Amino acid sequence: MIAVQKHFSPLARLLHWVMAPLILAMLFIGIGMVSTVAQTHDFLIAIHKPLGIMLLVLVIVRVCVRITRGSPPLPGDLPKLQALGALLSHYVLYALMAAMPLIGWAMLSAAGYPIVLYGGLHLPPIAPHSVYLYAVLRALHTDLALLLFCTVLVHLAAALFHGLIRRDGVFSSMARGGPRR
Amino acid sequence: MAKKSSFPPSPPCIPCRLAAIGAVVLALGGGFIYVGGWLSPTRLSATRIINQFQADAGQHPGFRRNHAKGVCVVGHFDSNGNGAALSSAEVFAPGTTAVIGRFAVPGGNPSARDGSVPVRSMALMLTQSDGQQWRTAMNSTPVFVIHTPAQFYAQLQANQPDPATGKPDPAKVKAFFAANPETKPFLQWVAAHAPSSSLVNASYYSIDAFRFTNAQGQTNAVRWSVVPETAYSPVTPQETSNKDFLSTDLVNRLQQGPQRWHLILTVAAPGDPTDDATIQWPSDRKQIDAGTLVLDHTDPQVDGDCRDVNFDPTILPAGIKPSDDPLLAARSSAYAVSFNRRTREEAQHGVADHKQSSGAAS
Repeated sequence: MIAVQKHFSPLARLLHWVMAPLILAMLFIGIGMVSTVAQTHDFLIAIHKPLGIMLLVLVIVRVCVRITRGSPPLPGDLPKLQALGALLSHYVLYALMAAMPLIGWAMLSAAGYPIVLYGGLHLPPIAPHSVYLYAVLRALHTDLALLLFCTVLVHLAAALFHGLIRRDGVFSSMARGGPRR
Repeated sequence: MAKKSSFPPSPPCIPCRLAAIGAVVLALGGGFIYVGGWLSPTRLSATRIINQFQADAGQHPGFRRNHAKGVCVVGHFDSNGNGAALSSAEVFAPGTTAVIGRFAVPGGNPSARDGSVPVRSMALMLTQSDGQQWRTAMNSTPVFVIHTPAQFYAQLQANQPDPATGKPDPAKVKAFFAANPETKPFLQWVAAHAPSSSLVNASYYSIDAFRFTNAQGQTNAVRWSVVPETAYSPVTPQETSNKDFLSTDLVNRLQQGPQRWHLILTVAAPGDPTDDATIQWPSDRKQIDAGTLVLDHTDPQVDGDCRDVNFDPTILPAGIKPSDDPLLAARSSAYAVSFNRRTREEAQHGVADHKQSSGAAS
């Protein structure tokens, strides 16, 4: 008989804890770089693009891991509304983690900007040069970034609620592995 | 499951824990709002700079917030290979690089009189065969009027039209220059050099210094200029009486044949300031003629190739990097806000994508 999975797989946990601080950093870098006129502007832009592409690669791996390794079930006594919220917020998180770097890449393409990863290392455009497309994608990049930030905050609050208030094992399912047998 | 502890676990302080969760969320959210500048409306931001341009020049949807009036040009750069001594960028290897450019008149008014300002500007986008780009926006003065973004903003504020007269208050403008002595070299240069009679007989300067690194890994601070083959002549009152004399002249000249400039790279000596665009380097600094800029036809800016280009001076090929000049980051940041606003306005007003249908867009 196969025991019910109580923890995320080690690879899933590694991906989560590597990506979590990077995504938070990206959100702060993004909002900071468009507001400042100080010299950190250049530095932040130079980080934002390669980090975004790195997160795109990581989220692709992560979706594969999630599909193949699955996730532990939520506690049976979790109110239906909270369970639904958990399900929906995770879909939103995955969708935005994938969409944000793709929109950023497409938006730079539509504006005709070179997509510089580092020095001479460039990515090809993935969208036609078009001000219409740029205008839409540029606004979307900011709007979805704000949505992602809010969703991350809700996710964090919910995780801490599980860990500190309900103490139902949901937090530890991502925080640590199960006992080795 | 039996607990080993002999003490019953003390009940957690639920309100404390809820407060802790709230504190974490508030700290992150507050930090985000702080970094975004929403808590400090007086902090200088790209948005405030562009808003001030709009306050000075009025609302002109779809146009650049500065250098609003301009003409697109197309041409190429013939490199003679000499620039490779300073930079490994492909543009300096012997050969030809495609150029999309734009001549413009400073200021946010797209229908300004060409004779209203002493400065002309030339912006270029050189696209290497490997896709890397060198974008530059140059002015016809070798020194810039101010040193810092804060001074730039203060000057914009001083130039805001007085509602009573519709013109900047001369007292405020005078007070700005008096309070900012860094503006003196610019004012002296403009006083000593009459504006050129044409866009094609003016030299244009990089404004800021940049760092050039060659294939051997040696880095030098460099400023560049494009120097015309056409002899300079000062503008006459008869010419300035035509509101569009610069663009009219440009179209006429290019109909007669291509116009040429030499790209001159000036190398700093140790100790020359690289972070202050108001200070010229001594005239004996080493100069390299890197090749010829050839412009061969114009396009109206309403649908020309240059219309949808943001001439952000920090978009550079490998082999050129920004210097420590504080203006560069501010220019990049402010140009982006202007670009975002005008492209959004173009999209909203249903302006056609330039030449998309004819397939000429890159």
